[in-house]
Amino acid sequence: MKQFLFFIQKEFYHLLRDKRTLFILFGMPVVQIVIFGFALTNEVKNSRIAILDQSKDEATASIIQQLEASQYFDIEKNLQSEADIEPAFREGKIKLVVVFPSQFQSTLLHTNTAPIQLIADATDPNVANTLTNYASAIILDYQNNIRGNQDFPYTIETEMRMLYNPQMKGSYNFVPGVMAMVLMLVCAMMTSISIVREKEIGTMEVILVSPMVPLRVVIAKMVPYLLLSMINIGSILVLSVFALDVPIQGSLLLLVFECFLFTITSLALGLFISSVTNSQQTAMLISLMGMFLPTIMFSGFMFPVENMPLPLQVISNVVPAKWFYYIVKAVMIKGLGFFSIWKETLILAGMTTVLMLISIKKFKTRLE
Amino acid sequence: MKENFAISVRELTKRFNDFTAVNAITFDVKQGEIFGFLGANGAGKTTAMRMLCGLSFPTSGQAMVAGYDLYQDAEKIKKSIGYMSQKFSLYEDLTIRENIRFYGGIYGLSDHEIKTKTETLVHQLHLEEQLNKLVKSLPLGWKQKLSFSVAMIHQPKIVFLDEPTGGVDPVTRREFWTLIYEAASKGTTVFVTTHYMDEAEYCDRVSIMVDGRIDALDTPLELKRKFNAPSMEEVFVQLARKAKRAE
Repeated sequence: MKQFLFFIQKEFYHLLRDKRTLFILFGMPVVQIVIFGFALTNEVKNSRIAILDQSKDEATASIIQQLEASQYFDIEKNLQSEADIEPAFREGKIKLVVVFPSQFQSTLLHTNTAPIQLIADATDPNVANTLTNYASAIILDYQNNIRGNQDFPYTIETEMRMLYNPQMKGSYNFVPGVMAMVLMLVCAMMTSISIVREKEIGTMEVILVSPMVPLRVVIAKMVPYLLLSMINIGSILVLSVFALDVPIQGSLLLLVFECFLFTITSLALGLFISSVTNSQQTAMLISLMGMFLPTIMFSGFMFPVENMPLPLQVISNVVPAKWFYYIVKAVMIKGLGFFSIWKETLILAGMTTVLMLISIKKFKTRLE
Repeated sequence: MKENFAISVRELTKRFNDFTAVNAITFDVKQGEIFGFLGANGAGKTTAMRMLCGLSFPTSGQAMVAGYDLYQDAEKIKKSIGYMSQKFSLYEDLTIRENIRFYGGIYGLSDHEIKTKTETLVHQLHLEEQLNKLVKSLPLGWKQKLSFSVAMIHQPKIVFLDEPTGGVDPVTRREFWTLIYEAASKGTTVFVTTHYMDEAEYCDRVSIMVDGRIDALDTPLELKRKFNAPSMEEVFVQLARKAKRAE
């Protein structure tokens, strides 16, 4: 046992002496949360749009005013004819053009229906999509207003409610994603590097010639990063709750437990990487390409897995981060309890166990 | 196999797929002996040494190390041997004191033992002033000597040194050998691989490996007589020329 403590103490020396790495490890989650929270966002604000108002009546003026008033749009230009639309887009500043046909109001009042054309710059399809949705919502709003309280026969009103995230905040999406990323990076990459480093400098041989049991070497290597990860989880949660107003709806204890589980998964991955390579650079590359990228791509954090072709959806199932991401969203954002996520937890635990067993076995056979 | 040998090896073989790195070597090392284990690069000496240290499983053959069977008592062997690897085996980002403490710790020494060991060791190497400095600030020669002393910290019966003096100047090498002699005079068996032929002369007995086999094993004096050579260097060159294996 004392051997073991000596070993852990040594690992902490390594970690604490390397000030630069330490700074990155603690700073990274904070920076990521800040960047994702304030700088990178899917919400589209202050987009420049143009209006082609061929009617210029009360109704169009009112809709234009509401568009202008929203935080999403800035009206950059008033176009004079349809021939102006193309050039406006070509300049690149305008993302959306709202076209009112002539006699908009009278058509609306007499036939109860009038078309408005929304033309969006779909070179960035996501932005285009978002902008047309915003604009439709504002127009719908206006429609409801003029209709007032009178009941039209056969009118179907659609009412949308955004469950769990009424304000459609991007942070609800990326906080769980950042957690997965940070844990993957800290645990998988740092553990694999720290083990491979000892192989590189030759100390691993000396340790294995000693009476120290290999399993204990492995565990001692993991302890500091486990601790570091829990601190990181703490700082991410504190930042999300207090700086980004992302609430923790579910049980904090459950959330921490799930994070702990995923940390172990990442550590096992790190151990696995260290057992297949002998160079720090390779270990780092494998961690980045083999762990970090799949975490970003297949967890559903950046790109919805549901929209991927079937083979990719299948692949995404073997990415541990996907399950973790699902769990964190369920617990943190939706406030679900353990009974709603036990299946995912079980999958994650299963993956962890298998990975851990394989890596420990590999670690032993390589060196004995 | 006789009990009074520190190391006793019979037909020890290691194959990697169809490549036979070590081919049925047989030899004995007496207790307290300084045993030089020579061979050109790729002759198989590091592989042989790794088997004796328990870092690699033999394909076939028998070996007793420190009186224990290589297959059955690997754990006991580990407690009885010290090992200094070819690569430098201390942690550069730890101080000298912390390195000693760590290696003492993993060999299960008590706090008190570690403390006294640290004192004697540091005194012996004249490192009192550097005790709390990072190892990375030490010159290579001192690191090497410290590395050796750390490998000896648990007073092993046998110490394995894999090219311990690589890249070190002649003066430091001489000093290093003084440490080896001291250890041997206290009864530790020293098993050392080297590329320096002057060092081979310092050994009690020398074995020379060629293509995975031991082609010669005797005292340096006797080897020189047998091969009718003025120096160990000449003996080595005569034997190494026969090698068919590319490096």
